[in-house]
This record gives sequence, C-alpha cells and structure tokens, in this order.
Amino acid sequence: MLVLSVVMILPIIYIFNHAFKPYHELFIYPPKFFVQEPNIQNFVELFWVTSNSIVPVSRYLFNSLFISAASVIGVTAVSALCAYPLSKHPFPGRKFIFAVILLMLMFTPEVIQIPRYLVVSQLGIMNTYLGHLLPVLALPVGVFLLKQFVDQIPDSLLEASRIDGANEFIVFFRIIIPMCMPAIATVAILSFQNSWGNVETSMLFMQDDEMKNFPFFLSTLTNNLANNVARQGAAAVAALIMLVPNLVFFIILQGKVISTMAHSGIK
Amino acid sequence: MHRASRSKRSIFQLSISLGKGLIVMWSRLWSFRISYLFIAPFLICFALFIVIPIVAAVGLSFTYYNGIEPPRFIGWSNFQYLIAQDLLFLKYALPNTFKFAIIVGPGGYAAAFLLAWLISKLRGSFRKWVALAMYTPSLTVGIAMTIIWLPLLSGDRIGYLNSFLLKIGFIDIPKLWVTSPDLLMNSMIVVTLWSSMGVGFLAMLAGILNVDTTLYEAGKIDGIKNNLQELWFITIPSMKPQMLFGAVMAIVTTFKTGAIGVELSGQNPTPEYAGHLIVNHINDYGFIRFEMGYAATISVFLLILMYFANKLSWGLFGTKEE
Repeated sequence: MLVLSVVMILPIIYIFNHAFKPYHELFIYPPKFFVQEPNIQNFVELFWVTSNSIVPVSRYLFNSLFISAASVIGVTAVSALCAYPLSKHPFPGRKFIFAVILLMLMFTPEVIQIPRYLVVSQLGIMNTYLGHLLPVLALPVGVFLLKQFVDQIPDSLLEASRIDGANEFIVFFRIIIPMCMPAIATVAILSFQNSWGNVETSMLFMQDDEMKNFPFFLSTLTNNLANNVARQGAAAVAALIMLVPNLVFFIILQGKVISTMAHSGIK
Repeated sequence: MHRASRSKRSIFQLSISLGKGLIVMWSRLWSFRISYLFIAPFLICFALFIVIPIVAAVGLSFTYYNGIEPPRFIGWSNFQYLIAQDLLFLKYALPNTFKFAIIVGPGGYAAAFLLAWLISKLRGSFRKWVALAMYTPSLTVGIAMTIIWLPLLSGDRIGYLNSFLLKIGFIDIPKLWVTSPDLLMNSMIVVTLWSSMGVGFLAMLAGILNVDTTLYEAGKIDGIKNNLQELWFITIPSMKPQMLFGAVMAIVTTFKTGAIGVELSGQNPTPEYAGHLIVNHINDYGFIRFEMGYAATISVFLLILMYFANKLSWGLFGTKEE
C-alpha cells in the first residue's frame, strides 16, 4: 500500500525537483531523480527571459488567475442557485430538468467541441473573458453534487424559517448556503480544476495571444519537448505553477470533499 | 339548427375550460416564479453550451458543412461513410478507443475501488495522506502531464525509465516509449491510469467510510468470516450509489482523455496512428480539414457510444427497486 502510494506520487515529487534543477543537472547522464544543487534559475528564466517576448508570461498568468477566480465564483453561485429549487421546490418540470442534468452528467463537453465553437462564435464572445467563462459555467457535476447535498437538509427547517417570515432569498442565503459549505467547497475545487487547466477555450475561442491563459502558454513551451533542450527548465517551473494551487486547495478542503462525496449517490 | 348550437356551445365550453386550464397552469408556473428565477442562470448556460451543441451536432451530422458555406443537407451519407469507408476510423480510431476504454475504464474503476477499500482499512491521519497521494495525480491536468512524463519516458538513455531499466539490466537498448507505435498505446494507458483516481475514487472512498458500522457487527454475528466476504456482502451493497457515480465518472474521463497520445508523442496524428482515438479523429476533421459536418457525425457516434457505456453501468449498479 505504502509502496503503491509512493509510486503514485513519484512523478509529483519529480516535478518539484525538476523545477529547481540547474541546466547542467537537467541533462546529465545518468539522470538523477533528486536535485543536487537546487537553485531558482529556472524561475528567473521563466519570468525574466520570456518577458521580452510579445506577450509576457505574467499576462498569461493573470488571465488564468482571473478566469479561474471568476469561474469558481460563477460556478458555485450558479450551481447552488439551481440546486436549491431542484431539491426543495415542487415546481412543474423539475423532474424533467434533473433528468436532463443527470443525462448530461454522462457526457463530456469535449466531444461536442465543434458545435460549441459555432455557438461561441455566434454569440460574439470570441476573444473576450466571457468566452473563457461562459462555456465552463454550467457544470452538471456541480449541480448534481449540491442537489444531493441539499436533499439532506430537513424540510422542517425550511418550513420553520418560512413561518418566521423569511422569503426564499433569505432561506437560500441564511440556511442553504451555510449548511452546504462542504458541498460548495467541493464544487469550488472541481470548477477550479476545470478552468485552471483548461486549454480548450484558449485554443478554440481566443485568437489574440494576450487573451490566452497559462496552460496554453505552457503548451507552447512543451511543443516537441522530447527533443528540445531550450526552455526545459522554464517548462518545469510552469508545470509546478500549474500543480501547486490545485494541490493546496485540495489539501485544505479534503475533509469537506470526502463528506460531500458521501452523499453523491445517483438514485 | 339545434345540433349546431349544441356543438357551438360545447366548443365554447371546451374553450372556456381550456382557457381555465391555461390560467391554472400559468398561475401554477407563476407561483413558482422564484424557483425558475433561481435555476435560470444555470439553465441558460447549460442550454447554450451543452444542450444546444448536442442538438446542433445531431443536426450537423446530416449535412456537409465546411464552416464557410451554409450547411447542405446530405442525409445519412456521413454515417454511411463513417461505418463503411473511413479507413482511418475503422482501422485505428475505433479499435484504439475500444482497447483504451476497456482497459482504462473498467481497469481504472476496479483499481479505484480496490485502492479506496485498502485505504479505508488504514487508521487515523495516515489514511488522509495516502488518499491525498492517490488523488494528487489527477490534479496534474493536461499539459502539465507532459512535463512529468516526457522526461521519464524519453526514448534515449537519458530517459529516467530507460536509464533505470538499463541499469538493472532489464533491457539492453533504450526503448522508444512514446514514439514507437507498439509502445505508445501502453504508455498512454499507464499514464491515464495513473491520473484516473479522480472524483469517482473520492466518492467511493467516502462511500466505504460511510457504511454503517453496525452492519459489520451484524454481519459477524451472521457468520461472515473474512474481509472478502465482508466486502462482497456488506460494503458493496451499501455503497451502490457511490459505485454508480464512480462508474459514470470513470466513463466520462475515459472518453475525454483523447489528447494524451498527441501530447506524449508530440506528433499529431500520432506515429502510425497508434494512439489515434475517436476524439483525435473529431479534431482532425473538425479543426484541421474543416469538414465540420463529418466531424459532428463522429461526435454523435461517440455520444451514442458513451450513452451505451453508461446504460451498461446503470444496469450493473443501478438500484432497480426504487
């Protein structure tokens, strides 16, 4: 068990080591797994050398941070808003809507890239931040997890607050949101992962380089990486930057994720 | 005369009751206006970027569309071409996808379940860290994956895996892990399996941890002797919903990891189409050859495939009584 988890995590340890290796260590033979003289030369290269290019790396990083933050806020808000009535209001059509969401849970948007591309171009949001944000806003998994979680909240609690004169918005913000914090944290992680590593929107919907995000920049660094010496160090650092926020988020919120997943059954 | 007036009257009554029905329905809808307001933002995005594209894909799949001229209806001929004449598809994309999906899907799923079960046997905070170690690989999204695996699998003796295997004498010439057509597929499978312990894995872990412990005690009294019996008779039945969720997520991730072959080998299409999956085929026709109608046909085919894969898992894990 322990051995297996070490094997699983080896490449991750490798990525940390790789980022701090000076150039002569990146290409020595026999290759060393662990860094011997750690230095930050690669970080310097990534930020300083590439700042001379047309679009500096900080711009890509800013785009990525901005889009991810916006999408985390957007996705959690939109999903929570949708999950609450789906779970607690007997409005006409709710069964149908939930059935459609369940059905779409089974499909991944990646397979319908072409019509999506057409929709985005028809909406005229190519080359804007909206073009990054809107396509990732509807996350069926998010609504699904939240709905299952809201199902656990007793109806009597909502009844009581309604009798006390709370309207739907107050019920939503004062009761549903606080009680769903674990699930909301989970959805936040999922949506962050989703948009932080998303190359698709940059590749398809953005024509201007300064609108593209960090993973896209990374993919330009790694083109033909296998037989390319230049920029290996910078790419290693960039990969580290891609990984760390995800990891930190997950470590902080791990317990909440597990408690959400306990209710994640499809019934 | 009499009859005509009667039928007129009944039509009149009918229209009144219809109108009443509409008013009742409208007032019912209106009374839930806040519910609709709440779900509106999601539904709009959902419709725009998921439902409409799927409908559009189905529509486009019957047309010839190159992205410039308006689509031209050509009936079933895209589908006919796909299943009868598209050699690249029949010879590489389809078998590759099946091979890939069958190993990574059920294989990864079984691995996820076993791991979750083993982890649940661990105690205390140690469990948390092992779970983290298992989940972390799925955080290394997309491109970052290449940074990790390319140097490890690099084809010369500098590659970490080659250098290691050479040192212990397992192989005597460096293997071309990602550029040789024979090995690319296996590398893709290993890398995808490595990163497949995602949401489904967490759900299963949570499911196992949440099984009512009194059930185990009851099981012991009823004569359950070992861990395996416990697993089969108690754990799996009480976490069926999570098993199903895990299965659905496994299928979704399996079919969406299409780019991995291109990323690993650094070539598009992959060497001798060894890592050519249906998703690559869609991108090939859609964004390189601009035959969007035909690419839509392939997407529809893939959607149908995913749908049946899911139906199968519902059949296996779905709760039939409810």
